[in-house]
Amino acid sequence: MRVPVSWLRDYVDLPQDLDVAELANRLTLLGLRVETLEAPGADVTGPLVVGRVQTFEAETHSNGKTVRWCQVDVGETAPRGIVCGAANFAEGDLVVVALPGAVLSGGYEITARSTYGHVSDGMICSSGELGLGDEVQLHDSVHQAQGGIIVLGRDDGQPGDDAAGALHLRDHVIEFEINPDRAYALSVRGVAREAATAYGLQFRDPANGAAAEPGDGYPVSVEDPQGCDVFVALEVEGLDATARSPRWLARRVQLAGMRPISLPVDVTNYVMLELGQPIHGYDKARLQGPIVVRRATSDQTLTTLDGVTRTLDPEDLLITDDRGPIGLAGVMGGAETEMSDATTSVVIEAAHFDPVVTARCARRHKLPSEASKRFERGIDPTIAQVAARRVADLLVRHGGGRVASTATVVGMPRLPEQISIDAQLPSAVAGFPISDAAALAALSTVGCRVSVSDGRISAQPAPWRLDLAAPQDLVEEVLRIVGYDKIPSVLPAAPPGRGLTRRQRLRRRVGIALAASGYVESLAYPFVGERDWDALRLHHDDERRAALRLVNPLSEHEPLLRTTLLPGLLRTLARNAGRGQAHVGLFEMGSVFVPGVAGRPKAPELGVDRAPTVEEFKQLEAALPDQPLHLGVVVAGTRGERGWWGAAREVSWADAVQVARDVGGAFHLAVDVEAAHRSPWHPGRCARIVLGESTVGHAGELHPIVCTAYGVPARTVAVELDLDALMPQAPDIVTAPDISSYPVGKEDVAVVVDASVSAAAVEAALREGGGELVESVRLFDAYTGEQVGPGKRSLAFALRFRAPDRTLTDLEIKAARDAAVALAADRLGASLRS
Amino acid sequence: MAKPVRAGSGPLPRLRVQPTESELMSAPNKDYDPVQVTPLNADAVAAMRDEAIAAIEAATSLADLKSARLAHAGDRSPLALANREIGALPPYARKEAGQRVGRARGAVSQALTRRTAELQGEQEERMLAEETVDVTLPYDRDPRGARHPLTTLQERIGDVFVAMGWEVAEGPEAEAGWLNFDALNIGKDHPARSMQDTMFIEPEDAGVVLRTHTSPVQARSMLSRELPIYVICPGRTYRTDELDATHSPVFHQVEGLAVDKGLTMAHLKGTLDHFATAMFGEGITTRFRPSYFPFTEPSAEVDLVCFVCRGLEPEVAACRTCRGEGWIEWGGCGMVNPRVLVAAGVDPDTYSGFAFGMGVERTLMFRHRVKDMRDMVEGDVRFALPFGMEL
Repeated sequence: MRVPVSWLRDYVDLPQDLDVAELANRLTLLGLRVETLEAPGADVTGPLVVGRVQTFEAETHSNGKTVRWCQVDVGETAPRGIVCGAANFAEGDLVVVALPGAVLSGGYEITARSTYGHVSDGMICSSGELGLGDEVQLHDSVHQAQGGIIVLGRDDGQPGDDAAGALHLRDHVIEFEINPDRAYALSVRGVAREAATAYGLQFRDPANGAAAEPGDGYPVSVEDPQGCDVFVALEVEGLDATARSPRWLARRVQLAGMRPISLPVDVTNYVMLELGQPIHGYDKARLQGPIVVRRATSDQTLTTLDGVTRTLDPEDLLITDDRGPIGLAGVMGGAETEMSDATTSVVIEAAHFDPVVTARCARRHKLPSEASKRFERGIDPTIAQVAARRVADLLVRHGGGRVASTATVVGMPRLPEQISIDAQLPSAVAGFPISDAAALAALSTVGCRVSVSDGRISAQPAPWRLDLAAPQDLVEEVLRIVGYDKIPSVLPAAPPGRGLTRRQRLRRRVGIALAASGYVESLAYPFVGERDWDALRLHHDDERRAALRLVNPLSEHEPLLRTTLLPGLLRTLARNAGRGQAHVGLFEMGSVFVPGVAGRPKAPELGVDRAPTVEEFKQLEAALPDQPLHLGVVVAGTRGERGWWGAAREVSWADAVQVARDVGGAFHLAVDVEAAHRSPWHPGRCARIVLGESTVGHAGELHPIVCTAYGVPARTVAVELDLDALMPQAPDIVTAPDISSYPVGKEDVAVVVDASVSAAAVEAALREGGGELVESVRLFDAYTGEQVGPGKRSLAFALRFRAPDRTLTDLEIKAARDAAVALAADRLGASLRS
Repeated sequence: MAKPVRAGSGPLPRLRVQPTESELMSAPNKDYDPVQVTPLNADAVAAMRDEAIAAIEAATSLADLKSARLAHAGDRSPLALANREIGALPPYARKEAGQRVGRARGAVSQALTRRTAELQGEQEERMLAEETVDVTLPYDRDPRGARHPLTTLQERIGDVFVAMGWEVAEGPEAEAGWLNFDALNIGKDHPARSMQDTMFIEPEDAGVVLRTHTSPVQARSMLSRELPIYVICPGRTYRTDELDATHSPVFHQVEGLAVDKGLTMAHLKGTLDHFATAMFGEGITTRFRPSYFPFTEPSAEVDLVCFVCRGLEPEVAACRTCRGEGWIEWGGCGMVNPRVLVAAGVDPDTYSGFAFGMGVERTLMFRHRVKDMRDMVEGDVRFALPFGMEL
């Protein structure tokens, strides 16, 4: 809502030396959010006067251009000679003259200068030069379009008058972002009321003007009083629709952000801006039979004023006549009954339509209009007669004709209901004492009729405050008027809390562990597309393809919710590589969305007058997908940099597997690693990460085709773990180890096994075979080659033995080692390497 | 008090300088002429001693010293030979001669010990000097990592509230429409429920959306927790905005909810003042402006004292951060609408509550002067790295 301050002054006697920024600030603190402050016309300074062109001579010059050498009376003893390039004026016309010393829009300085053989002692101005016509056209637009100057009307002033005043050039405009509960502030009337409150001044309500008399008027029948509780139709006859809108009116409409078009349109817009009551005007000659307000039937269409033919919905509330629909009620009128320059008789509609009906209709047809914006938030239902009369009077005053003596008035406005509150409630909510008197005064200020008895305050909200419906609404009004700045600052004492949950602590632990290991966290959008599944080489029945789809995705290529973190991470990795950071390890912890192959039931429809039952809440939860927290890591290039110490280390599949082990370690869990085949990993370099019986993720090198598809470096490695599968297994309390102070016994063994036997299996066998004396088993070398023969592999382990209660003898150590090797031999066919 | 002995601080191993037992042994000499025997000649012994000490002192390396030792303190050295002769002397002469030679040998031995220590010290110093390195060489061998500042900021915010006894509550990102809207007094026809704002999950009538705010966690908390409730709820939220310098369709909010007996707007103000100061430093407090949210009544916008100009004249006038207002908008808040309490099973006649919500991105932008939303979204490692592990 854009409001010219000059308009506010019609209803509030704001100080003459008003600081507009201060006004804006006070209104902000009253809850009208100020977006911008503008000072139109402020860039035009210096002498700008009304002039009368006494005579001119047209001169054609050698460059082919014709100019007029004008003698212009600017209220001085003698006329000034001014050269003018425009031709849209006659001798005797009033024009706008910028005299030497003036500065026009855009910083253009006016001086007396020689041009076309004359000294031009000023300039005759166009709209554009004054900053009047660039964005929005005033009614000089026709001439201006031809490169013309402003020609003032006879009543606009006398030579020598300040032209800025005649043009209504200068003003201040405050633009508000109006909250949905303050529909009344979508009018100058509403904002002026708040301005009066802000300065403690008297407010003159424009809605107290003359009203249309109920009686005979254009026939109207409202078949849906639920959708339309008030309908006023007032006729104007004998109008000259081509008459110009008065300059002040068009300028205000323009400053309020609407385009001046014609007298009938400008006047209806003006009254809507002034009172907040949307108005529609019908060309009476084009109406066929009585106006009927009803819902649409199937398959009807209507061409609206914007020229779009719309298929109507049975829920749409319509204005109809004998031929069918002629308007979407409260949203937009139809083209067939539109007013034109030929219109002489007008039927003015001022009605009150149901907020929800209007909102749905506007949304259904994607047609938010100035009218629907107001109806859907709730306008004052009692001002239709005043508004209709105001439109009629303005039309007749500026376009001639006469107003019908009476109007059709149908229906009774629904008014807000009285609210009763405990007089203590405002203080109890605010947290500081507010006297009854202060509360009553505040409620009166916002238009409530108030009374107090037996410790209760009763308030009858004003008809423009349909938002006031509950006790808390009144409290907000009291507090708003008393001042939010009066609220003291008191820190409440919460009862002792339990700190972070285990899940929250474990999640932090993973983040810290990964960052400490040199990985950088990124947070990708969770949107993916079918092409990601293909890029990841997911089999057509891979469970990750069963993804949720958005009804209204941001991008048609990414309409799905991720079931894996890898696409986002790989895109981020590619972006980094593209920006010159090729050696990067990224991680993300985030939810994936798993609807399950079977899908989900619909959520139950629940009311809000009570809490859902346990059963109902379960049903609600059952409609949601599983959203486990995943960890994804992708790593490319090298870990670290080359330097004087030597080359950087190339990233390998082993880095990925180690991340999985480290995350397990962060949770005090030892995960197992098994060879696996799973997309998008390299078929020979993919590890399944296992905890107990369940798979908790995969790690390894990506398939080369996947790297190509995402444009990431070759041999990029990746990990994805389901943290919600891991975290519940993490021990809550770590049991302290028994530390033996007896000496360690060390034995290295190298065993030869078939190449298909995993190191993990050999290690496990050695550990198990070595028995309880084993302190650790660590692989320190793996060898394939001639010395062990084809299809074989040598694995060298360092074994450490220790007893808690004695020094182990050489015999004991050898026996334990032999037992370890024996089990590996027995279970895996391992032989000691000689 | 004795100094603690640290490993590696003991003396370095010394070169062996004492003659061995076999070197000292000699056979008795029966055939002697006392007058001609050297040990009886004091001048001769003194000369041997002086010659030995001079040679030791003259040694400039441990190798030189070894030669000097062999020549003057070894088995064949004059003093060793003189010592051997003592056994051949008559008993009356042995004592004096023995003392004379013994003193001389002692003096030589001392000189050897001293010179050995000197030369070893010099050698150590030389060795250490040779080991000098350029300590300014870079050693950024291991890659650096970092957590995303949006993550660590959410944790930091959680910590501020946990320190006051609050708890961190969470909820799912794909959320029931009832919890995201209805339970929060956002009716079926509220504009926020349109496709203009909300991302719906197919099928549209299944009632599941990507949550548009963290406020459904309010309803979840009230439905699942014992009263009183003091929770802070950070999390990811979604709206159908285009990504630009100040908007992202995927963003983060932090929601606060307190439900207890007797809570007021003053408690809300106190909580937010504390929060603001914890985030932005001493002197950064809040201002409330009347506003509207369906789930709170009364409602307010929360402004912060501009952290750049602090609202102080004359800086405020030219301040580009707050555009001369001295305040910057931070979030929204209010007293929980009784309708919301009812839908979550809380008796509004006994309990009252307050709630607030702030954008985490916005808070990060203010607190760390992030200029462009896209930096927080794109995952360029150069953005996260300077923030490290914690904010």
